[in-house]
Amino acid sequence: MSGAAAGEAERDPGLQPERTRLAWRRTTLSSTVVTVLAGKAALAGGGSVAAGAAGAVCCACWVGVLVVAHRRIRALAGGGLPEGLVPPYAAVAVVCLAVTVVAGAVLVLLG
Amino acid sequence: MIDFVRNVRLWFAPAAVREEGETPDYRFSLANERTFLAWLRTALALVGGGFAVDQFLPDLRWGWRVGLALALLAAGALCALRAVNHWVRCELAMRRGEDLPVSRFPALLSLVVAVVAVVMVVVVLVGWEA
Repeated sequence: MSGAAAGEAERDPGLQPERTRLAWRRTTLSSTVVTVLAGKAALAGGGSVAAGAAGAVCCACWVGVLVVAHRRIRALAGGGLPEGLVPPYAAVAVVCLAVTVVAGAVLVLLG
Repeated sequence: MIDFVRNVRLWFAPAAVREEGETPDYRFSLANERTFLAWLRTALALVGGGFAVDQFLPDLRWGWRVGLALALLAAGALCALRAVNHWVRCELAMRRGEDLPVSRFPALLSLVVAVVAVVMVVVVLVGWEA
């Protein structure tokens, strides 16, 4: 950063918060694709209760990822000095994916 | 493995991470966060691939289809767990001013993906159908 930019300390030439925000957005999109595929697997299960329940679990996990991403995007869009990611957010997103995998394994074995 | 168990506690304890060392430049933390998200998307792609194998290769013999799908799902789960673990380790290293942790995982994952790709090509070409 040049000396002239010192007056506007809030400007980040690397646009780091924006890039991080967009990375969260891409992650929600990937998560949506996975949930759509899981939904297809659940519907292909022939309407059994177990397949429906596994599909519902996948959808709940998708909502969990969306909530975490939404909070993180709100925090990063707030301007000022961005707060770092705190562990529970990362862990909740990962736990959601892990539960999706378990439900997905049930769907695969049922199908 | 012991480190992994200790880190699992840190995944859910923001205060414990913040007690270590000094807060690094926020740009480094955000770069670490984006790396974590890139690994998470890699995991999502593996999970999506598992669902795709299950749904879009119906002519494959049951054992192969389910085996490949479960292997991809498991690889995705492993990749996600490792992503958050690596993120915590990098965050702690940055706060303590240590070198960033090195990892065998990318090489391992590349080999697994290469093997799965070759198996898929063989299975589709030879057409081991039910």
